[in-house]
Amino acid sequence: MTGAIDMFKSKIIIAAFAALAGLASVPAIAAEAGPRPERQPWSFAGIFGTYDTNQLQRGFQVFREVCASCHGAHLISFRNLAEPGGPSFSEEQVKALAAEYQIADPTAEGGLRPGIPADRWPSPFANEQEARAAMNGALPPDLSVMAKARGVSDPFPTWVFNYFTAYQEGGVDYLHALLTGYRDEVPATAPEGFELLEGQYYNEYFPGHAIGMAPPLADGSVTYTPGEDGVTVPETLEQYATDVSAFMMWMAEPHLVSRKQTGFVVLLFLIVFAGLMYGTKRKLWKGIEH
Amino acid sequence: MSEHSTYTPGTAVEKWLDDRLPVVRFAKEHLMDFPTPKNLNYWWTFGAILVMCLGVQIVTGVILAMHYTPNVGLAFDSVEHIRRDVNGGRIIQAVHAVGASMFFVALYIHMFRGLFYGSYKAPREIIWILGVLIFILTVATAFMGYILPWGQMSFWGATVISNIFSAIPLIGENIKQLVLGGFAVGNPTLNRFFSLHYLLPFVIAAIVALHIWALHVPGNNNPIGVEVKDGRDTVPFHPYYTMKDLFAMVLFMIPFAWFVFFAPDILGHPDNYIMANSQVTPAHIVPEWYLLPFYTILRAIDFNILFIDSKLGGVIAMGGALVMLLIVPWLDTGKVRSGTFRPVFKWFFALFTINFVALTYLGAQPAEGIYVVLAKVCTAIYFLYFLVVLPVLSRIEVTKPLPTSISESVLGKANA
Repeated sequence: MTGAIDMFKSKIIIAAFAALAGLASVPAIAAEAGPRPERQPWSFAGIFGTYDTNQLQRGFQVFREVCASCHGAHLISFRNLAEPGGPSFSEEQVKALAAEYQIADPTAEGGLRPGIPADRWPSPFANEQEARAAMNGALPPDLSVMAKARGVSDPFPTWVFNYFTAYQEGGVDYLHALLTGYRDEVPATAPEGFELLEGQYYNEYFPGHAIGMAPPLADGSVTYTPGEDGVTVPETLEQYATDVSAFMMWMAEPHLVSRKQTGFVVLLFLIVFAGLMYGTKRKLWKGIEH
Repeated sequence: MSEHSTYTPGTAVEKWLDDRLPVVRFAKEHLMDFPTPKNLNYWWTFGAILVMCLGVQIVTGVILAMHYTPNVGLAFDSVEHIRRDVNGGRIIQAVHAVGASMFFVALYIHMFRGLFYGSYKAPREIIWILGVLIFILTVATAFMGYILPWGQMSFWGATVISNIFSAIPLIGENIKQLVLGGFAVGNPTLNRFFSLHYLLPFVIAAIVALHIWALHVPGNNNPIGVEVKDGRDTVPFHPYYTMKDLFAMVLFMIPFAWFVFFAPDILGHPDNYIMANSQVTPAHIVPEWYLLPFYTILRAIDFNILFIDSKLGGVIAMGGALVMLLIVPWLDTGKVRSGTFRPVFKWFFALFTINFVALTYLGAQPAEGIYVVLAKVCTAIYFLYFLVVLPVLSRIEVTKPLPTSISESVLGKANA
């Protein structure tokens, strides 16, 4: 929704045209609204990137304990959490998890029943009006595809290189920056001279800087269980933000890993096939001056 | 070049069929034996690549339509449903979305090839005009297809572009309402765009058939622009060009697959992952990249000309930019077709090409500051190329001597 996001695609697209048509060189344009979120070393970045299962499980915990109390994720079903390439919880865990939630179902007695894996993730509010009433007029957006609904704007020539590195983590970079982009002294967070309305907070990266969401995470606000091997991760804002952003990327792109796997097979086939085709074509045209 | 059939039915069954419906004879004449200049370069493979692109869009599109729901409340989620839950859906959907961009890459290359090698010149004017019609229909189809996912950019792109119609004097507002099915973009718009988005590709396919039919009357132009003299200048289409085109198609599929599997969203817009909302306007509304050159021309006219206000002026300029393409065979009357033998034209063509990329770039920029000025300059260059450069050059340019025939030209190249 920032101008920067709008330009992101268009710039990129021109690069494709320019690169493919063998024409290039376009001047840089100035980015708007806020500093560019720093690029994070995501495990799923690049063509070889895959999700870190442990990170997704931690991210899910943050999502469930913090985000989900205000935000919905209506495209996600409980069963997705057990699917390969994701947080990979066991079927039993997912069944037990789903059963903890009460799902609105007009056919059930009393209109509510315990959840099953096929159910969608329940929304915290019945409708937009209820959400706005509870949230000081602001509407917490659905997080299902949030990681892909935000982007960043890179200056020339970075956006040209993005084509060749397949950089698509602008959205998660932004989410991570947003979650860590609050000023320390809550609620007196805005720089001098910046007017904040009641219920608004100052955020470095939010377009316009006045965000309706209170700082959702703080050091120690979620307790991680140590892994089976006894490995612990720091319980810091930075770690929570990274984990939950990664989880949101998974929600937006649950098939990322299998997509890339297929891609390698397809590209390898095409390159070998193109080589064979070229050999055949040359042999065929041999002896014909053209 | 109509008498090149070497087909003789081999069996009684083939003979029987040939007397009644000579499809095999037709295929042999037009898809196999068709004499094709032997000096075509790789720029000529984009015709076949475009046939492939159209085929890919139709096949993936038909499958997507089986799972898509054209309703404002359900469309956005149904596209996500395809990506998440339909078997192979995420690949089919990505191929269709990326395929639109690849289609236009090939389309623009194909058109610029025609412009450089003078493929629009007599006797190929109708081939060229049909091609421009295909281009315009493809733009319309792609534009309507972009509405279907019902994201923010779908909605606002449709809102902005459909406003073009309202610039037409007297009946503009009525046309706009007819197109949208109401006063603003809404459920009726989505329904009719879905219907037309399904229909138009088949209309395009029909015009492609005419395009190829018209092509098979005079035969292909070629890089030196000298007409085929005799059999020594040509090779049969099959296997020589079927093989070369197939190779080029496979090559083209490599960047195609790169985007589909490793960067499916890089050609899209993040805002289109937000469901359409008529209450929230995105900061900058940007049409898809392939519309940008014409969008820039539309926006460049921000001043009134006599009784024509800037809005109508912009629409006239944009329509004019397309009309230029339709009449280019009569603007460039030079006898020499190929840019290779036109030393001055070459430079102007390079300028025109760079200018077109600049128009694309400027369409994505906010209409402010230096971009406004540049947009006007680039728009002027676009029209000057057609209205001044081509007519003048075709009269005064001293062209290089042409080879007498294709075979002489290729033998010269081989001996050099």
